[in-house]
Amino acid sequence: MKLSVLDRLLLLLTALLAAYQIAVGIDNLSTLPIVVYTVGFGVILVACLLLVILGLDALESPLLVIVSSVIPLTLSLGLVWQYLVVWRILYLVFAILGFLAIVVTRIISIRNKLPVILLTVVHGLAGLTIFLLPVIWALTGRAAPRFALVGLGGALMGLGGLLLTLLKTGKPLLSRLTILKLLPGLLFLMTAAFVAGFWQ
Amino acid sequence: MFQMKWNIVEVSINETSLRMDNKNSVLLALKTKFHLYWPLTKSLQTGLLLSTGLAGYMTARCPVMHWYDFLGLGISLFMAIAGSTILNMWYDRDIDMVMNRTHYRPLAEGRVTPAEALRLGLVLSILGVGLAFLMAPLYGLIVFAGLFFDVVVYTLWLKRRTCWSIVWGGIAGGMPILAGRSFGLGHIDSIGILLALAVLFWIPTHILTFSMRYFDDYQAAKIPTFPSAYGFAATRLAIAISSIVAALCIGGAGILIGIQWGFVRLLAVLSAGLFLLAVASVFRPSERLNFGLFKYASLYMLSAIILLSL
Repeated sequence: MKLSVLDRLLLLLTALLAAYQIAVGIDNLSTLPIVVYTVGFGVILVACLLLVILGLDALESPLLVIVSSVIPLTLSLGLVWQYLVVWRILYLVFAILGFLAIVVTRIISIRNKLPVILLTVVHGLAGLTIFLLPVIWALTGRAAPRFALVGLGGALMGLGGLLLTLLKTGKPLLSRLTILKLLPGLLFLMTAAFVAGFWQ
Repeated sequence: MFQMKWNIVEVSINETSLRMDNKNSVLLALKTKFHLYWPLTKSLQTGLLLSTGLAGYMTARCPVMHWYDFLGLGISLFMAIAGSTILNMWYDRDIDMVMNRTHYRPLAEGRVTPAEALRLGLVLSILGVGLAFLMAPLYGLIVFAGLFFDVVVYTLWLKRRTCWSIVWGGIAGGMPILAGRSFGLGHIDSIGILLALAVLFWIPTHILTFSMRYFDDYQAAKIPTFPSAYGFAATRLAIAISSIVAALCIGGAGILIGIQWGFVRLLAVLSAGLFLLAVASVFRPSERLNFGLFKYASLYMLSAIILLSL
């Protein structure tokens, strides 16, 4: 499917936002959050550039599932590391094992429902962390109100992920064309919400 | 008396309108010439090489304090790069006529005569190199070396003889960034050489991708290329390796220059994207992916030089 000028513009703006976040937005954090946010926003940045260059057909790649799991896992790990100190190590182990499990179940051909269940659990937990943690922290005054925007970004990411996953499994909520038309805008809003929410 | 005055006014109006007509026709002629000459400079390629030269200068003298130096650098580099490109196109006009990709170019189509193109190329080259020598002898020498490698060694001597000519094309392409940095510093340093190496290793990504995409064109023009000499698989590997080496050189130069850590992170992310695309193009080759790698590598080079010069 050919990208419209508006789609290209939105994807380039998303890439610029992600680049800004990597270069400037995470400077004052400790080492692990800097590393994982760099990876998370780096995936968004490179993915947007590749979508602009290769077109939306790049979404057909079998690597999409693996690559797209990196974003929620890294962002949620960064949040837990920053705000849930006692859960740090446990969540780090969960993120690493969850990612490895997704990679293995995508490489090895498994015919039962294990890959889908695994994907749902890992994405679900990571997505809920990104959505709930900032919202709760903002509502309870433990972080600035704008931090809730990170939760909004998480919700938008969840929506995009859901639409794409259902499309891949052959039970789409919307038509393929509609989803692909919505995707650049969704990616832009998601990244903008993250960048605004993380603003220091 | 009144009639005479009226005649004088009429003559004066006629002269003015004639002068304006002449002025308009001169402007129109200039505009037409500009439209004919501009494609001879390969504006995108010239622009990218010019930006590497300016970035090289800015890595040494950032923020830019001497706008006249910066302007002189831009003008001299533009003239030298555009001049050498025109000379290259003048010499290769027979190839351009044969190839589908290039047969519409002004020289190949006969919209610009060879003598006209040669004159333009020589004038721009001499002015560019001359201005560069006037600004600083070392800078002038490097600009001249770039022009010499591009026109004499690459175009006249090796392009029709061996597919390895692209190495010399690459060396010529690395000269603007080395020239810019050397002009800023007053001497050649290891960072300047690393930056030149980055461009040198980026250029095969550009040329080899084109030589695969337009394989039949190059065959028809009897130009030796990597794909015709070593096959497509080896060419893809060469592209992947040269892209990765280019990224390493840019990264190394960035760290040695001492750019902010945030920019190092950003450079690392962009390099990782280049690396993954290069690996994918070797193991899952397709024309779309190969061309995607070429486009990404160009975008990467532009982003990297912007980051280095900030």
